[in-house]
Amino acid sequence: MQLESLYQEIILDHYKHPHGRGLRDAEDPADRVGEAHHVNPTCGDEITVRVATDGQSLHDVSYDGMGCSISQASASVLHELLTGRGATEAFEVHEAFLALMSGRGQVTPDEDVLGDGVAFEGVARYPARVKCALLPWMAFKDAAARAGVGASPTEVKA
Amino acid sequence: MTTIAIPPGMPQYDDVPRYDVAAVRADFPILAREINGHPLVYLDSANTSHKPRQVLDVLAEHYARHNANVSRSVHTLGTEATEAYEGARGKVAAFVNAPSVDEVVFTKNSTEAINIVAYAFSNASLRPDADPRLRLGPGDEIVISEMEHHSNIVPWQLLAERTGATLRWFPVTDNGRLDESGLTDLVNERTKIVSLVHMSNILGTVNATSRITARVREVGALLLLDCSQSVPHMPIDVVDLDADFIVFTGHKMCGPTGIGVLWGRTELLAAMPPVFGGGSMIETVTMAGSTYAAPPARFEAGTPPIAEAVALGAAVDYLTGVGMPAIQWHEKQLTAYALDALRTVPGLRIFGPEVPVGRGGTISFALGDVHPHDVGQVLDSLGVQVRVGHHCARPVCARFGVPATTRASFYLYTTTEEIDALVAGLEQVRKVFG
Repeated sequence: MQLESLYQEIILDHYKHPHGRGLRDAEDPADRVGEAHHVNPTCGDEITVRVATDGQSLHDVSYDGMGCSISQASASVLHELLTGRGATEAFEVHEAFLALMSGRGQVTPDEDVLGDGVAFEGVARYPARVKCALLPWMAFKDAAARAGVGASPTEVKA
Repeated sequence: MTTIAIPPGMPQYDDVPRYDVAAVRADFPILAREINGHPLVYLDSANTSHKPRQVLDVLAEHYARHNANVSRSVHTLGTEATEAYEGARGKVAAFVNAPSVDEVVFTKNSTEAINIVAYAFSNASLRPDADPRLRLGPGDEIVISEMEHHSNIVPWQLLAERTGATLRWFPVTDNGRLDESGLTDLVNERTKIVSLVHMSNILGTVNATSRITARVREVGALLLLDCSQSVPHMPIDVVDLDADFIVFTGHKMCGPTGIGVLWGRTELLAAMPPVFGGGSMIETVTMAGSTYAAPPARFEAGTPPIAEAVALGAAVDYLTGVGMPAIQWHEKQLTAYALDALRTVPGLRIFGPEVPVGRGGTISFALGDVHPHDVGQVLDSLGVQVRVGHHCARPVCARFGVPATTRASFYLYTTTEEIDALVAGLEQVRKVFG
């Protein structure tokens, strides 16, 4: 088993230098804000994701948390990929990431859709770590639903 | 190096019981495995131990030659199965020096054993004629500690909820020892049961129980010791421990999964109402009501894990053959070696006692800010199997301000070379995440 396939440089970079970390208030007071806190009970990883949206566009996806390199890098990538996106488009990315993570390494990711998220292809081959990568994305789904967008995202088969 | 001479007449270093570790390792087929292209370095025996060929053979042999249900047949196979099952009970009783074989109740695991005691209290609390020692209500107190496994926390939280009793606990010191400073206040006339871990599964601490036992006796409470981590690793004598109940589990002591033990004093087990109802636990059954068998059968409703019990008997034989004092000494040496070796790793912080005294061969640590999942993953790529997470002892992690730890744990087959492999692996972790 090649450790490099799991800990790709991109992942370690996002882990050591996270993008957009920290929970932020909505810049536009008219925005709806939803927040969700998810934990992984087996390892104690925690993440809080906050979504600020006008219902059309995700003005900010902010987060805070503690956990392993995979879960924290995944949150950084989530922020980078979804902040500023239209809600419909954001959920297409969300779905693509879920498909990648439940693909057991058999799914070839589309870099145009997933950006740095393609680095998580290797994680999908480590069943014990898929949950780590998904933690921020599942919290995002709940936070977005609480902000009134994307009510019925796909169930994940992890 | 200086040589310290032990004065003549004192026990000499060479008098310590020893065994051939290489020969022991040859008994464990799984130790020949490779993991990710490296020899297996199994440092997770506190989680579950491996099983020697002698145990695996007995398990297979039981199904191949003696399979039948127990305690209900007159045929030959039924008699053989019953003899093997009850024979295993005898072996387990002898292993912990139980005064009577009937004090050994077979359970699924330690968790079930603790729950049986908690539910017996619960059921007794509903019966006005039950033994007053087992009746709980508002104002009564249950005492545990901050270093318990979840299996010795949650059953008591649930019991407190059901009965209105109050749950209290011993804190843990910065060094990972049980803080007994509040003993007199904590264990008092309102205390009904004290349930403590004998050896912590996360800190490795072995609790000295004599002061607590004395106080428990003084106030007329009962004492349960969770010996899941001690029975596999050191000689345990229930008479010497002077506990009322101890629990342990087969799979951590070279036995199979699915078999555990509740040991209780004869008169206490006899006073306890049943918990699970069903076959084998009854005396007579009518549609109007039933009477119950004497212990241990009273607490073994339904077909028990027969082959697992028989194999646990084989595990006890195996451990006795190697010698529990020798195993304890081997692990003490390993622990001293590991504590020294881990201290050479920059940025490593040990949770729990840092001296090999009053502790067993289970060491939890943090490596700088690297998350334990990442530590475990890199170690796994080198064949080193450690546990990462909160080890079902979340309050301990909270006590030391960490979400999780990495834990290495040893057993009779562990070698110092494996500890070297761990330390080398930690260097690799530092390279990846440094």
